[in-house]
Amino acid sequence: MNVRSLFFATYRDMAGSEELVVELAAPATVEDLVRELRATRSGLASLPSAPVVAVNMTYAPLSTALSDGDEVAFIPPVAGG
Amino acid sequence: MPDLACRITRDPIDAAALLRDAVSPSDGAALLFWGVVRDEHDGRAVSSLEYEAYAPMAEAKLAEIAAEARERWGTGEIVVVHRVGRLEVGEASVAIVVAAPHRAEAYEASRYVIEELKQRVPVWKREGYVDGTREWVPGFAPRVEEGAL
Repeated sequence: MNVRSLFFATYRDMAGSEELVVELAAPATVEDLVRELRATRSGLASLPSAPVVAVNMTYAPLSTALSDGDEVAFIPPVAGG
Repeated sequence: MPDLACRITRDPIDAAALLRDAVSPSDGAALLFWGVVRDEHDGRAVSSLEYEAYAPMAEAKLAEIAAEARERWGTGEIVVVHRVGRLEVGEASVAIVVAAPHRAEAYEASRYVIEELKQRVPVWKREGYVDGTREWVPGFAPRVEEGAL
């Protein structure tokens, strides 16, 4: 399956990109995606092992199961206002 | 149906228009929170701020927070607009208008919206300093509830 990974602020600086499409073997969870990114994308080796993510625009735990076409946003600490 | 009262924009915020749109005949007060770019942070001279957002989720979160505040305090319309892009000192980054039958609930609801916005709306800012350097501003890690999905 393919999932769209979105990166913002400091995480985008690490990834060097706003968006990466990542292919994962099913079944897979957010935790699997994080492990894959940290292991295979050079800039993302320093991504936290338990980052805050939103799956399809809802904050979601690392145990969340992913489906083909999901959008997973990596959310560094927020600083609005 | 998107809630047009809660939005992310690249354009300067028009406070008078927000107040006009928020107030209905049952309201006795409308309160404006106007968050602006300040010229210093932790002792460093700031010349500008760059905001970015995960816009569709940020708009959904703003609408969620506004709905919570309306429900809890029984206010009228709540409008929240957050700017993104580069802002100079003195420009407004966020505007919150709370219309309500009475002022007490407007003050409470307005405070709730700005505090919750800072905790869970996916917006980030990078400060540009007078010396030419820039840095992302440390923020809050949003709370993730198990079984949220």
